[in-house]
Amino acid sequence: GLRETRVRLGTLLSCTMLGVLKRPIVVTADVNLNVVALTGMGLLSRLWQLSYPRAVVFDEVYYGQYISFYMKRIFFLDDSGPPFGHMLLALGGYLGGFDGNFLWNRIGAEYTSNVPVWSLRLLPALAGALSIPMAYQIVTELHFSHSAAMGAALLMLMENALITQSRLMLLESLLIFFNLLAVLSYLKFFNSQKHSPFSLQWWFWLVLTGVACACSVGIKYMGVFTYLLVLGVAAVHAWHLIGDKTLSNVCVFFHLLARAVALLGIPVILYLLFFYVHLMLVYRSGPHDQIMSSAFQASLEGGLARITQGQPLEVAFGSQVTLRSVFGKPLPCWLHSHQSTYPMIYENGRGSSHQQQVTCYPFKDVNNWWIVKDPGRHQLVVNSPLRPVRHGDVVQLVHGMTARLLNTHDVAAPLSPHAQEVSCYIDYNISMPAQNLWRLDIVNRESDREVWKTILSEVRFVHVNTSAILKLSGAHLPDWGFWQLEVVGEKLSRSHHGSMMWNVEEHRYGKSQEQRERELELHSPTEVDISRNLSFMAKFSELQWRMLTLRSEDSEHRYSSTPLQWVALDTSIAYWLHPTTSAQIHLLGNIVIWASASLATAAYTLLFFWYLLRRRRSICDLPEDAWRQWALTGALCVGGWALNYLPFFLMEKTLFLYHYLPAFTFQILLLPVVLQHVSDHLCRSQVQRSLFSALVIAWYSTACHVSNMLRPLTYGDRSLSPSELQALRWKDSWDILIRK
Amino acid sequence: MLCASCGLLVARAATTLPAPPRGRGPAFRYQRRELHFPGHPEPPSNDSSAGRLTRQSVPLGRRVFLRRGRMPPAIGGGLAGSELRFRRGRCGSQAARVVGRDVAAEAAARNPKRPARASRLFKAVGRWAPLALVTLLSFATRFHRLDQPAHICWDETHFGKMGSYYINRTFFFDVHPPLGKMLIGLAGYLSGYDGTFLFQKPGDKYEHHSYMGMRGFCAFLGSWLVPFAYLTVLDLSKSFPAALLTAALLTFDTGCLTLSQYILLDPILMFFIMAAMLSMVKYNSCADRPFSASWWSWLSLTGISLAGALGVKFVGLFIIVQVGLNTISDLWHLFGDLSLSLVTVGKHLTARILCLIVLPLALYVAIFAVHITVLNKSGPGDGFFSSAFQARLSGNNLYNASIPEHLAYGSVITVKNFRMAIGYLHSHRHLYPEGVGARQQQVTTYLHKDNNNLWIIKKHNTNSDPLDPSFPVEFVRHGDIVRLEHKETSRNLHSHYHEAPLTQKHYQVTGYGINGTGDSNDFWRIEVINRKFGNRIKVLRSRIRLIHLVTGCVLGSSGKVLPKWGWEQLEVTCTPYLKDTLNSIWNVEDHINPKLPNISLDVLQPSFPEILLESHMVMIRGNNGLKPKDNEFTSKPWHWPINYQGLHFSGANDTDFRVYLLGNPVIWWLNLVSIALYLLSGSIAAIAIQRGAQLPAEVEGLTKILLRGGGQVLLGWVLHYFPFFLMGRILYFHHYFPAMLFSSMLTGILWDTLLRLCAWALASSCLARGIHALGILSLLLGAAYSFYLFHPLAYGMVGPLAQDPESPMAGLRWLESWDF
Repeated sequence: GLRETRVRLGTLLSCTMLGVLKRPIVVTADVNLNVVALTGMGLLSRLWQLSYPRAVVFDEVYYGQYISFYMKRIFFLDDSGPPFGHMLLALGGYLGGFDGNFLWNRIGAEYTSNVPVWSLRLLPALAGALSIPMAYQIVTELHFSHSAAMGAALLMLMENALITQSRLMLLESLLIFFNLLAVLSYLKFFNSQKHSPFSLQWWFWLVLTGVACACSVGIKYMGVFTYLLVLGVAAVHAWHLIGDKTLSNVCVFFHLLARAVALLGIPVILYLLFFYVHLMLVYRSGPHDQIMSSAFQASLEGGLARITQGQPLEVAFGSQVTLRSVFGKPLPCWLHSHQSTYPMIYENGRGSSHQQQVTCYPFKDVNNWWIVKDPGRHQLVVNSPLRPVRHGDVVQLVHGMTARLLNTHDVAAPLSPHAQEVSCYIDYNISMPAQNLWRLDIVNRESDREVWKTILSEVRFVHVNTSAILKLSGAHLPDWGFWQLEVVGEKLSRSHHGSMMWNVEEHRYGKSQEQRERELELHSPTEVDISRNLSFMAKFSELQWRMLTLRSEDSEHRYSSTPLQWVALDTSIAYWLHPTTSAQIHLLGNIVIWASASLATAAYTLLFFWYLLRRRRSICDLPEDAWRQWALTGALCVGGWALNYLPFFLMEKTLFLYHYLPAFTFQILLLPVVLQHVSDHLCRSQVQRSLFSALVIAWYSTACHVSNMLRPLTYGDRSLSPSELQALRWKDSWDILIRK
Repeated sequence: MLCASCGLLVARAATTLPAPPRGRGPAFRYQRRELHFPGHPEPPSNDSSAGRLTRQSVPLGRRVFLRRGRMPPAIGGGLAGSELRFRRGRCGSQAARVVGRDVAAEAAARNPKRPARASRLFKAVGRWAPLALVTLLSFATRFHRLDQPAHICWDETHFGKMGSYYINRTFFFDVHPPLGKMLIGLAGYLSGYDGTFLFQKPGDKYEHHSYMGMRGFCAFLGSWLVPFAYLTVLDLSKSFPAALLTAALLTFDTGCLTLSQYILLDPILMFFIMAAMLSMVKYNSCADRPFSASWWSWLSLTGISLAGALGVKFVGLFIIVQVGLNTISDLWHLFGDLSLSLVTVGKHLTARILCLIVLPLALYVAIFAVHITVLNKSGPGDGFFSSAFQARLSGNNLYNASIPEHLAYGSVITVKNFRMAIGYLHSHRHLYPEGVGARQQQVTTYLHKDNNNLWIIKKHNTNSDPLDPSFPVEFVRHGDIVRLEHKETSRNLHSHYHEAPLTQKHYQVTGYGINGTGDSNDFWRIEVINRKFGNRIKVLRSRIRLIHLVTGCVLGSSGKVLPKWGWEQLEVTCTPYLKDTLNSIWNVEDHINPKLPNISLDVLQPSFPEILLESHMVMIRGNNGLKPKDNEFTSKPWHWPINYQGLHFSGANDTDFRVYLLGNPVIWWLNLVSIALYLLSGSIAAIAIQRGAQLPAEVEGLTKILLRGGGQVLLGWVLHYFPFFLMGRILYFHHYFPAMLFSSMLTGILWDTLLRLCAWALASSCLARGIHALGILSLLLGAAYSFYLFHPLAYGMVGPLAQDPESPMAGLRWLESWDF
């Protein structure tokens, strides 16, 4: 019952004073009132009472802390996704004048007056609202009727889960927006390909496709799935283009080149740009510094940079250094020793050397200082002229506080018995000579006489007597080792693993031979400012690598779910509960839409294979054009759903219902398309068609009704009585909160 | 007729490895094209000489045109003709036969008046001799020094042990299906090994135990890989040099050699994978004669090999996918062929269902039937399986069990979860760590039999000793409120409103109380499923649920593995959702009550499908459990193709006899380059065809081979390599070897085709004379020489390590990560 309305506005402006003008100046504008109305309704549904509740709702507690970091320009690392999404949320905070002062520690905490809740939630809400007219446009661009397009848009409009998700400070609605934008602009581009290739419009949509893809990847890694979908469809179309013999080779080449630049080049550049802006914005040191390498930390303002600024660059004999493990797993730590010795006998009955413990310690400590000593001399100070330590030199490492030498020998290490124990040598006078010579091996050297550099050089210490390599084993010592990390001499593996590499973090030239004075020594004058040496690409690759490899402890969440539960909506998430009443926000989909979307997907797949098999036997049920349109729709909608959904079965991280929403959006687009197809091609007579329309209308009313029933849980604006809530709990697995 | 065919030269060169081909004057150049491709129809000699004479006088640029003009258009010349004939002609070793024809032609050229019989003989020799030679060389390299070292190497400790279990008929559990180990056991049995060696740890000397039978069997299967690859490539590329190159790459690869020489599953697995590939390719080339005897036999051989591959390791699934894809595309073409009636298509479909689904499935099931029949004694694997399953095993305490039949108060019992591979309800003297619910004693499920699995069933309200002889025996009935006391620690099974450690929607289950005195949270209602009130509870047979009285939740196991603090046992929770899943159903297994008479129970024997299903559940669970531990260096899939790091098979120090599993770097890196080159040349060719470029017939034939034949093996490589990136379980370098076989086949096809294309393109210059022969020959020699350099890796090294200049491997540690 939806009718397209088009109004053509013609405005005629003619200059009567100059009669010489034969042609009037004409401005013609097509305004599709459907789109206007949908946008209006979308805005209304998403923006209504946007700043309610004035409290932290679910994952806002997670994203909010990053917004605060942006506001305060403090560096952070979030492994959940690239920074573009976080930056967009922070943009809202910036526009609302947020100062970042809020402690994001608990769901349900009241926002203080300095938090601009409305503007923080504005961008996701706008994205959610604009997705609705976009759904309309996509179905139109697929050449389906306007009523089908309206159907898709209205389903999006009233889908409760989409409303809930877009009214909060969360990323899914932004992701869905850019996903749809990518698909829409690709379709626009593809449709303009036939009549006007290389026109301005053609370029615009092509470039916009690339930009939208980059944005969705930039918001969450999940965006990659949609990017792959667009790339896949574009690749198939490009392949057809190659087969088009009416085009010249040069023309085909330029077509391919344009696609490659727009769909591969632009996303890569934009992705880098996101990181560039991110690193420009967060330049101060903060709580996540420890995860990064020394060089990275030194490039941040404050923190390590304050300590290392003005440090001498070249390590010389007599330098005082702290040595940080490059690997940094399970914890970033520094080579450490202290007065305690290894226990004579371990718990399992093995013996040790009973010499002084050497460990790796995750905190800054005066016991982390070591002095680089020339084995041939007794002095612990730098000479003038300086004698820099080079690759291949043999050194001894003297522990600053105890003045004992770093040693390893053929005694099994406490927790890794296949490796050698590392100790600070105590001479017990029992046929166990000191073996304290280490050869320096600079791994990232450019020449074989390279000088050992502070922060920049990654070095290995190869034991001269046994050719064991100083290594962080990663195991935690028991109580006698104060739970510090075990350091061993690795004999067997000779690979270049990060756990065997160390870098100098803090460094000063030793000036005094006296033990007491040593700690009081001041920094030497600046020679090189190291912080400027790290290029953007180096920072980017380190940050990206850490984001991809960082494994946070994931324990199961109360509201986590498995992908199989999503399709049948067997799960829900309680987002927020009013502190006194039982008004609550609950992520819960419209079960009617949910079920019919899954049915539509199944119906599409069956029909598609049925047609395909019959076409193979040269029985064409659909005209050629209709078939192509049907196949392209399937590739985009079913393909989009499958690509955004199936990979979750392989993921091991904690999953939530909202992970399904991007896939679900594609399913919603498919639903009216399948209905129209049934009505157009499968209903044989007018009677059947009318009957089918009546059924569709009845179904649609049910969906509206369900949507309306769930509305209190979507907006959280009305408190329901326990019996009403109990009545809404249609499935046992829905965790609707009922106050007793 | 002069015998100067390029392909022919290579054929001879490869079999005898002589000096580079000699130039034979101008005739060589012209003749080259004609005999260049095997399968080229032999033109009548007068025509040929006429052509030669003609062409000698025309400008070089027109030669191609002329030659094409000379040939009948239907054949089109060169490879296209041969291609056509292959599809129409007989299947099997057609290509070899064609090569034979070349040799015969040579013979005929030498001795024009030789009778036809001799020429047929030559044909046969030419067809079989290279194959025989390749096979012989493969066997020779694999069996050379097979007895060295005479101690257990690497995983021999597992698979040898499992072979012994078959000989001793002891039940065990392993994550792989049984065929490989069964065959090892059989080989051992036939060769006189008595199953007494313990196979305790790598390095143990075999001494008087006969181990050569098992090693010999593995080496025997491993040796067949080379001829299989040879025949596969020959069939795909119709080119003898390509097949020979592939065979050489595999023969001279130290990795394949090492992996074939020990008691491992890999040679058996690879044998079946390659057999499946070969039969699939052979069957494809029979496509023009459907339902013929050879068609049926290759099809069913494919099915048999698939069953074998899957029966050895689940990795066999990849080759099944490959055959499946091939079959789908095959059927798709048949279905689209409108000249075939639907009935014929139906017949095709049925044949494939029979041979590729029903037959392998039947064989696979048969393997398990044998496995279960042979292993009928109780052994180390019992606890992994359900009570009913264990009752089959002689020696198990459930075998012909004689226990009290009905559960009574005071009985000491073990409680087993009904879902497969969950185990017994268990507790031990360790607390849940800080922050994980209440700090009380852990309750888990555990797969092994252990005293900590014992619980005493007591009345909820009295703590008197029910075993006191003055009390009458009181049976536990459906609906009773009971308390379960852990026998070793005297704590009660307890639950409360705290989140369970992993499944946070459920409640935590703990051990609580001192000496059996706890609180009301220790009370459980015991319910028998599908029974009425008042009935007693039967040991083994009754399926029971334990419902927590206070919270109303049901005792269950989530099946999730607890972290290190829980000793990697499985989580036990109390679920508030009263769903009847198997996770929350238990049965009583052991039952000790001195007051009750022991009754011989005929335990309900599980049916064979149940046993099959259970074994698979247990295997899948076991595979998922093989997770890399923290801080353990694990091999990553991207390490493999670049040959980044090997595996120590035996020894690591300079005093040991060392065997190091590492691919021959020359061959592996050549394979790596070839994949890149293939992708490049393949896409160029595909784009050219899609653009409708008019290719000369010869080039078109070559691109077809490149795209079709190369594509098939590339698919094999992709399928056998990339799934590993998605696997969460612990991975080892040797997982790459099936993929490596495909990669080597691709190298063979690629270089042969590229060199032929080169030779074709350079036809005008004198370089063209032997470029193909030279190229292939240098690749062969390179592979052989690198094998000469690296062979100690496989055959064993003693003495100093490679960094020592004294070592035989000095200077060969090209990557620092290699460790020999």
